[in-house]
Amino acid sequence: MSVSKGIDPRGPRVGASITAVLLAAVVLLGASTAGLWLLTFIMLSFLLGTLRGAEGSWQGMLFKKFVRPRLGPPGEMEDRRPPRFAQGIGLFVTAVGVILGFFGVLPAVPIAAAVAFVAAALNAVVGLCLGCEMYLLLRRTGLVRA
Amino acid sequence: MLGQVIALVVLVLGTAALGVWWSARQGAVRAPRETSAGIDWSSAGIALAERVTFVQFSAEVCAACRSTSRVLGGLTGSSSGVGHRELLVDDHLDLVRSLGVQRTPTVLVVDGGGREVARMSGVVSDTQARQALNRVPTPAVAEADEGQS
Repeated sequence: MSVSKGIDPRGPRVGASITAVLLAAVVLLGASTAGLWLLTFIMLSFLLGTLRGAEGSWQGMLFKKFVRPRLGPPGEMEDRRPPRFAQGIGLFVTAVGVILGFFGVLPAVPIAAAVAFVAAALNAVVGLCLGCEMYLLLRRTGLVRA
Repeated sequence: MLGQVIALVVLVLGTAALGVWWSARQGAVRAPRETSAGIDWSSAGIALAERVTFVQFSAEVCAACRSTSRVLGGLTGSSSGVGHRELLVDDHLDLVRSLGVQRTPTVLVVDGGGREVARMSGVVSDTQARQALNRVPTPAVAEADEGQS
């Protein structure tokens, strides 16, 4: 992975707000097949964001095409690794819900969506950075290696 | 459907409350954590500044670490005897465990004698960093305290 000069920090936050709305819709759909399919779509979006970075997800593309041209240049650029890490956490949480859902445990779908919603909404509104909160805990418990 | 709507309302309210609580904690100057033995900073490869050192624990995936680093770096330039050392948690996991560091950035405010006098976690503002500096006694008072103990 190349370390580029950075990305517009507003991109991941706009992306997180789109994702939060979709996750809220999953909560509204409840323990249903429709909810499971929507969560699967969100999980695949997180997969794309984990592989390509938040700026490479479809939410990142929407930001680049429709939002960024209407904004001034950002005050500063941001490292792409923190948002990418957050995409990975989102992938993990939604994947747990999707896998349990496909095994017939449908209540896991809105629960996983609710957990991911908290993180996505806080990221969008107050700038919560999952890499800041969780990376060290994962390192300390040995779940993640450098 | 009503059940799901209620669930979503509770979720949104809970998230909002969490957001307010989380934001208020960012960079707040807290009391030092009690450590039984003193920390051997030099063996960890950390040279302390004369009066006070901000020891910052950071990670590559931590966006808030960058801005905190800039704030503290700026402060060391403008105050004498004040240092800033930034450590990657990956390189200092033992230190992280013994100091009870849970998240990044965590900043320990360490006096010239190597004692932790305050700590902050989350993104640190310039005002908060100066507030933390004020927790450190002036050099003359610190020496008098050492004479008594």
